[in-house]
Amino acid sequence: MSEFRMPQLGADMAAATLTEWLRKPGDVVKHGDIVAVVETEKGAIEIEIFEDGVIDKLLVDPGTKVPVGTVLATIDGDHTEAAGVSTAPPPTTPIEAAPKPAPRPAKAPEKPPRPEAQRHPPADRLKISPAAARLAAEHNIDIRTLAGTGPDGAIGLTDIENAIQGTASAGGPGGPGGPEDKSKDTPEAAMRRAIAAAMSRSKREIPHYYLSTPINMSNALDWLEEANRNRPVTDRLIYSVLLIKAVARALEEFPELNGFWNEDEFRPANDIHIGWAISLRGGGLVSPALHNANRMEPDPLMAALRDLVKRARAFRLRGSELSDPTITVTNLGDQGVETVFGIIYPPQVALVGFGRIVDRPWVVDGAVQPRRIIQASLAADHRVSDGHRGGLFLSKIDRLLQEPETL
Amino acid sequence: MNDETLKNALIDAILEIAPEADFDVLDADDDLRAQLDLDSMDFLNVMIALHEKLGIDIPESDYPKLFTLNDAIGYLREKKTSPADP
Repeated sequence: MSEFRMPQLGADMAAATLTEWLRKPGDVVKHGDIVAVVETEKGAIEIEIFEDGVIDKLLVDPGTKVPVGTVLATIDGDHTEAAGVSTAPPPTTPIEAAPKPAPRPAKAPEKPPRPEAQRHPPADRLKISPAAARLAAEHNIDIRTLAGTGPDGAIGLTDIENAIQGTASAGGPGGPGGPEDKSKDTPEAAMRRAIAAAMSRSKREIPHYYLSTPINMSNALDWLEEANRNRPVTDRLIYSVLLIKAVARALEEFPELNGFWNEDEFRPANDIHIGWAISLRGGGLVSPALHNANRMEPDPLMAALRDLVKRARAFRLRGSELSDPTITVTNLGDQGVETVFGIIYPPQVALVGFGRIVDRPWVVDGAVQPRRIIQASLAADHRVSDGHRGGLFLSKIDRLLQEPETL
Repeated sequence: MNDETLKNALIDAILEIAPEADFDVLDADDDLRAQLDLDSMDFLNVMIALHEKLGIDIPESDYPKLFTLNDAIGYLREKKTSPADP
């Protein structure tokens, strides 16, 4: 028997509310299955299980906020043999008879909106977490009257709780601009506090060093434009894909930049999971993982990136995407700045930043020519690596970007 | 297809990406990307949404012709009236 615990979804998370079980006792689960939804300051997160087995007991009720590490369920790990000796098998549900008792597509990334949200015409474009939608429905709260306080105006549990409180105490709906209970944290404030905690820890504990170098992007962009010329708009690549791929490939030779600093020692990661910084439209940001980005071809990587950005903004990220990144990459260039001075997201040990692509004079074969230049920067943890290696790493990214067809 | 229809399609496409966009205060002759904080992924998604709504496939090299609201409407009008251009 093993335990399924509330995962640590990033250094800034201390607790989360379990909002929904997607599996029930007796269900067979496989490594990677999504079994529950939790509400965090980063929105609703689908959490996965990382072993095969059978769900024995669910120990935490939906709606309960529990600290990281709390046992949420017990799992019968070796179900083929242990099924008979399990202390509390669901009496009427033989495991073999129900290979997939829950018809819910556990891995469908494109989950249709919940009925509560679907009732409204698409023009409303309400953003609401599933848990919040359900709570609203239970209390007959008209979510169209609410101003979401979450990033991107999304309506979270707190908004519904406030609205319920408003209806109960003041007799009026908690509408936009209503007085806020200071003791409650809005999702936006919660995310801001979480970012503050992680960044304060980073600046307090991590001896950062910073390097920056200009990289000629003309080859990469020419290649990209040519590749996109014959593609329908739905299949086109954006240059971020090349940046991510180049960083991921370069990291293969620089394990000291890819991993985690925990308990006074560095543990290099076995895989390369790029945390891609996504700014949320209402403020705040998340950096979910693009798993094994070094091994992905540009097209699947583009598809994964699109899916990730979409789900980050819809607040439907998965637990592993928040807990797995082994390094962070941010492209603030799209917002117009030329150089990024990153703050490492602990327990990671490096962050790569890219600025805006600008036309600059560049010397080619002894002659000055215009080229499209991007400023690549590295913030790295001096406890783990030195500037010399960091510089070689940036050079490697540069070399890879000169041969975009090999990425 | 008149300008109003094209404009509405464009606004709908943008609202899918930037739901908070307020077209009453938007400068129709200024860069949409700067005004609405659209990055390259966002802009690509607007192009995809336009493709879905209007059946127009906009080549990447034409993207700069759609950076402002008025330019974009003009571009779409032209595209819609010259069906020979794939």
